[in-house]
Amino acid sequence: MSTPLKSDSMVSVRHIDKTFSPDSVSKMVLFSDFSLEIRKGQFVSVVGSNGSGKTTLLNLICGSVAPDCGVILLNGKNLNHMKEFQRAKYIGRVFQDPAKGTCPELTILENMALADHKGSFFGLTSGVNKRRIDRYRTQLELLKLGLEDKLDLPVGSLSGGQRQALALLIATMTPLELLILDEHTAALDPRSSENVMELTERLVREKKLTTLMVTHNLKFSIRYGDRLLMMHQGRCVIDAADERKAALDTNDLLGKFNEISLEAGN
Amino acid sequence: MDILTGLLLNVLEEGLIYGVMAMGVYITYQVLDFPDLSVDGTFPLGACVTGAVIVAGGSPWVACAAAFVFGALAGCVTGFLHVRLKITDLLSGILVMTGLWSVNLVITSGSAVLPFYNQPTIFNSGPAALLPAGASDFQVVLVALAAAALVKILLDLYLKTKSGLLLRAAGNNPQYVISLGQDPGRMKILGLAIGNGCTALAGSILAQQSGSANIYSGTGMVVMALASVIIGTSIFGRLRFLKPTVMVVLGAIVYKACLAIAMQLGLPTNFLKLLMAVLFTVALVSNRMISGRRKHPHVNPTQI
Repeated sequence: MSTPLKSDSMVSVRHIDKTFSPDSVSKMVLFSDFSLEIRKGQFVSVVGSNGSGKTTLLNLICGSVAPDCGVILLNGKNLNHMKEFQRAKYIGRVFQDPAKGTCPELTILENMALADHKGSFFGLTSGVNKRRIDRYRTQLELLKLGLEDKLDLPVGSLSGGQRQALALLIATMTPLELLILDEHTAALDPRSSENVMELTERLVREKKLTTLMVTHNLKFSIRYGDRLLMMHQGRCVIDAADERKAALDTNDLLGKFNEISLEAGN
Repeated sequence: MDILTGLLLNVLEEGLIYGVMAMGVYITYQVLDFPDLSVDGTFPLGACVTGAVIVAGGSPWVACAAAFVFGALAGCVTGFLHVRLKITDLLSGILVMTGLWSVNLVITSGSAVLPFYNQPTIFNSGPAALLPAGASDFQVVLVALAAAALVKILLDLYLKTKSGLLLRAAGNNPQYVISLGQDPGRMKILGLAIGNGCTALAGSILAQQSGSANIYSGTGMVVMALASVIIGTSIFGRLRFLKPTVMVVLGAIVYKACLAIAMQLGLPTNFLKLLMAVLFTVALVSNRMISGRRKHPHVNPTQI
């Protein structure tokens, strides 16, 4: 690439093109020459209507969707030729569906032991390291959900909010370069989603994680994060960081939202 | 020994031997959620490898190990076809099963039956030879029990290791395995290797018990193994203290007992395979009805 990497850049999405079903009538050009830089430690929240490209952006970074052209760099590494599971060594992801971030048949303890071991070789040594159990307990206590007393319960028997809080904890257990939150509060009831958002804020700040959060909740996007992106048809229509973001309120976003919706004719 | 005891022993012997296969199929079908049809080919593969090793004068223990390794390799092929070449799970199994027919014939040098009567097997040499002469009626069932117990212990230990936990996660939620930076496809191949290794081992044990390797011995093994797994986990699933590995062995014994009872009631042998299919269907449907009735929202009412 001709542009040198800025030293404080963690994610660098450069000149991405992405067209869905290019050879059919339903051809849809989503991104053309899309670029985005995220600096280290920045907490970015992304809002936008359906089909605006927010989830595709996450999928492009995580590797579940491949770009037609363009480069994605993570902390200087070119991700283009890495498979999804290889990228996952550096990226933590929490999904909208609470079922995706944990393994329902395994117990809380087994799930945490697996996550604790992320990035190393999964060999024939005992799956659960007994000496780490107290550490897991301390971490679960931070969730204030009482899960520390239910270590041997299968995760499948927890509520959606509990599972999502656990998924968040699990995703951030080992050192990360990027945390991706894919509408991770959308499937929860209002009170659970408030709790999970507060937990998110605490974990992100404590561990100084570079975070990319997609949300449908305009209030959350205003309240949390130090940069706000509003996406529409594969472009950023609002990109406000720090002081400019602090000056934004829900009405500004709603105004812009209505404006782009009118443009799109719906 | 009266007829009933003989019959009971026979059911136990066969149930335990097929139980080894059921444990392997438990790994692929229940843990990995992979309906593996290659079992019909890997079971006789184990028998043929064993026949070849023993005829060549090899030790029966080497024969067992070789059967497991060959079965595991065949499982890797099934996994490779499915995971890397993106062929559907059922078709991958059918392809391997079909291909193994020729492989088995090559191993037995073209004959359908490879006898090795009066050669040392795990049933008459080694620890089995130390059994007192009075126990000769129970020799087969004791060796089969020891083999099943050994496989059970090893599998249970494995499922608790890091690799074992990851294997369970791969069947349960592949996305979670990806999030851990691991390739769920690799775990699938590994699971298929273990499952087919156990199946081939069961084929090896059965061949040693009958004193010959039969290339036709694989027909119906998929149905029998799946039926054992489903019967075992649905009948004994409520008994919390039983490990699934024990449940499926018990399932194999129950299944064999059903067949034996039907034969005793005068069912002609020609109907055996039909009965196997019917039993499997009944097990599958009743299992779904039981679990359907039990289905309650598995959610803790304490929302956060």
